[in-house]
Amino acid sequence: MSARNRELVALLPAALLVTAGFTAVFLVQSNQIDDLSLTYGGFFLGVCVLAHLVIRVRLPHADPYLFPLVALLAAFGLVMLFRIDDELALRQATVFLLGLGVFAATIIFLRDYHVLERYRYLIASIGIGLLLLPRVPGIGEQVNGAFLAINVGPLSFQPAEFAKLCLVIFLASYLREHREVLIVGARRIAGLTLPPLKHFGPVLVVWGASMLMLVFIRDLGSSLMFFGAFLALLYVATNRASFVVIGLVMFLAGAWFFSATVPHVSDRVDIWLDPFADPDGNGYQIAQSIFAQADGGLFGRGFGEALLELPGGGAILPAAQTDLIYALIVDELGLFGGTGVVLIYLLIAARGFKTAVMAPDGFSKLLAAGLTAVFALQAFVIIGGVVRVIPLTGVTLPFISFGGSSIVANMVLLALLLLISDRARRPDRGRPAQAVT
Amino acid sequence: MNAPIGRVFALVVLLLATVIAFTTYWSVFAAGDLRDNVANRRPLLEAQRVQRGEIRTVDGDLIAVSEPEGTGGREIFVRSYPEGELFGHPVGYDFVDRGRAGIERSENDVLVGRNNEFATIFEQLEGRTQEGSDLTVTLDGAAQRLATQGLAGRAGSVVAIEPATGAVRAMVSLPGYDPNQVRDQFGELNDARGSPLFNRATQSSYAPGSTMKIVTAAAALDSGEFEPDSIVNGNSPKEISGVELNNFGDASFGDITLTTALTRSVNTAWAEVAVDLGADTLLEYMDRFGFNAKPPLDYPADQMLASGIYEKGRLITDGDKIDIGRVAIGQERLAVTPLQMAMVAATVANGGELAQPTFLQEITDVDGRVTDQLEPQIERRVISAESAAELTTMMANVVREGTGTAAALAGVEVAGKTGTAEVNVEQNINQPWFIGFAPVQNPQIAVAVTIERSAGTGGAIAAPIARDVMAELLR
Repeated sequence: MSARNRELVALLPAALLVTAGFTAVFLVQSNQIDDLSLTYGGFFLGVCVLAHLVIRVRLPHADPYLFPLVALLAAFGLVMLFRIDDELALRQATVFLLGLGVFAATIIFLRDYHVLERYRYLIASIGIGLLLLPRVPGIGEQVNGAFLAINVGPLSFQPAEFAKLCLVIFLASYLREHREVLIVGARRIAGLTLPPLKHFGPVLVVWGASMLMLVFIRDLGSSLMFFGAFLALLYVATNRASFVVIGLVMFLAGAWFFSATVPHVSDRVDIWLDPFADPDGNGYQIAQSIFAQADGGLFGRGFGEALLELPGGGAILPAAQTDLIYALIVDELGLFGGTGVVLIYLLIAARGFKTAVMAPDGFSKLLAAGLTAVFALQAFVIIGGVVRVIPLTGVTLPFISFGGSSIVANMVLLALLLLISDRARRPDRGRPAQAVT
Repeated sequence: MNAPIGRVFALVVLLLATVIAFTTYWSVFAAGDLRDNVANRRPLLEAQRVQRGEIRTVDGDLIAVSEPEGTGGREIFVRSYPEGELFGHPVGYDFVDRGRAGIERSENDVLVGRNNEFATIFEQLEGRTQEGSDLTVTLDGAAQRLATQGLAGRAGSVVAIEPATGAVRAMVSLPGYDPNQVRDQFGELNDARGSPLFNRATQSSYAPGSTMKIVTAAAALDSGEFEPDSIVNGNSPKEISGVELNNFGDASFGDITLTTALTRSVNTAWAEVAVDLGADTLLEYMDRFGFNAKPPLDYPADQMLASGIYEKGRLITDGDKIDIGRVAIGQERLAVTPLQMAMVAATVANGGELAQPTFLQEITDVDGRVTDQLEPQIERRVISAESAAELTTMMANVVREGTGTAAALAGVEVAGKTGTAEVNVEQNINQPWFIGFAPVQNPQIAVAVTIERSAGTGGAIAAPIARDVMAELLR
């Protein structure tokens, strides 16, 4: 079977999941089977097939599993959101359509992604600018102490989701050009291999930006995700573990300093260390997250069966549609469902890194590895927060959480990965890409 | 650059494996502790959404039912007790704010329909929400009413047990409480005079008086040291453990048979019997009857008290520290529950075997299938069948011509023993008792009746109540 046919067939499980999930929620909520769920499943399949046709025409050699895996995550997200509130699911479906549109547009109009290299400083500036937007008076918005969103008219928008793309593109491009000097110019001082300062400047800038993010947008999660992706790229580019160690030490020192001085960050860390110290106040969110998971057990309570509302109104599980959606998944589908979701992320990461390995040139390799790393880290940061491996922060669970910026930005990320993958898997891959010549 | 890419992927695998490990910990290994965490309101909220099964008596009275409150997605169920105070003590209550007590607590898993994890998956696949099973208890509504009427508002307790099966057919404790009031007036009930929330049938520490002589007689006969016609001396007073002991009214009986000693309830004779047997023998038989342990009843353990000899709130079982002669006649620091004394009568009635007492008659699931029903469990053989037969004859004498004539039933031979524990001799305040069973030939029901702080004797006050309850349960 050809790659594209495999992709088409692999879309079926996601469509089936939408149909079955919606049916289950209908059953629980109104005790009836509605053929509307078939309509939803069919519509979902139709939209995905359209996107598939775009891939089929433009990127015939691209990885056949990435898109179906993403569709599966999106299906998961739609069902969970429908279970919380059908209004949310409708909005998310609209955003999903928009995301697929942007996805198709990226594939169609970005004929050769190597052009991105040319605009790397512009892209980096846009990225930094985006990160700082939420602090702009009038449009910035503070949620739970962190500055993550901006409001323009009726639209709410999380710039960090797009900034992460800008940052990865810049770093991939910069490191592709400077990796040799970073390696060759390295000196050993006191047993540590230190990079040459001159070329390391921009790298320090990234570290500084991550620290600034801690201070400015006050979100440990995003800065962990950004800095993690940066270290992954630096390591891939130089193969020097010592750079990573130095980077980690710098990040931890900075994080420690700011967690001790910025109240919002230090609160988050305290709650993480002991959520049950104040389970009805500061620790409420993480305590309820853990209670919800305990409630799910091995197999969960089933779609639509978990407790969401307090009898007097209000939610028992706060932010169930965004930050804590993983806790709700474990509640309803149990350890098996939660593990399944994590495994989908793992499979996407596997396909992403495979694309990086197969990619023909340095920029493609670094870009694919960077995009995959930042995606996997985003999943880790939010799930890790929900299960208390690290402090809980306001990062979205890619393709599952409610939120337009996250869906659209990650659709662009997927489009870039598929573009690289198509080039990497082309039978005539030995030839240099035209745009680079 | 491919090798470092591989290593970065390995790190991602490690990170995601960590979150799976943590999920496993929370959802499986720590789940039990988390459910018990005081900050976790889920179990309580969840319980409200489950329609608990009904509880009925074996003769069809509806004792407890869950009624819906609110509408739509916020619908919850609230427990209602149509019979009010009548079954308050055995059945207990279940309210989210007040917790659970009694059968509502001991049979909670049945009533909420909680099965094992795998059964729940199948129910989910069937699209079924959790529903509780219905419970039929062994209690008999008519007997319960008669026993309550018999106590006539006086503090005390009645327990009736079917000897062969252990089925508890009546359990009354006064003052009682209406479980419907627990929801809003828990504080008042908790502080009320007479402690209405306290189940005297299972938790009280009463002096058993002469009903204890049944245990002593069982030990005397079953140990082989005595026969029903063994001659014992019933003079009064007599020195027992260095202190003078009197018979009731200081009557002296001279040399009499063991049977007569029971019929006339001769203290001095039985005290000497116990001294002859030795403390270890009598304590051994007490253990066999179920003393010194919580009764094996399907009822919350912290709502039951072990009967035995208490010193400063602790059970003592060291024979050297016990005045065994006075234990034999129900004095000393002996504290018993009516449930324990009913078990003593039921054991003799059941040919010397103690059947495990139980409230469970039948469990019916939501589809009407009977998933469990009363299966008599023999706890242990306490005395031989011959000893039980001899003791039955002696106890029948007590009702025919002795202190227990008020328990006699027309056309049915009754065996029993009265007791009148003196609480305050100057003010003539006693704890009257009657324990017994009927019919003598083929015992169907055993009872224990006691009343707090009464002027009368067990034969006059407690025996008639026992008679009425037995008559109802033999109908």
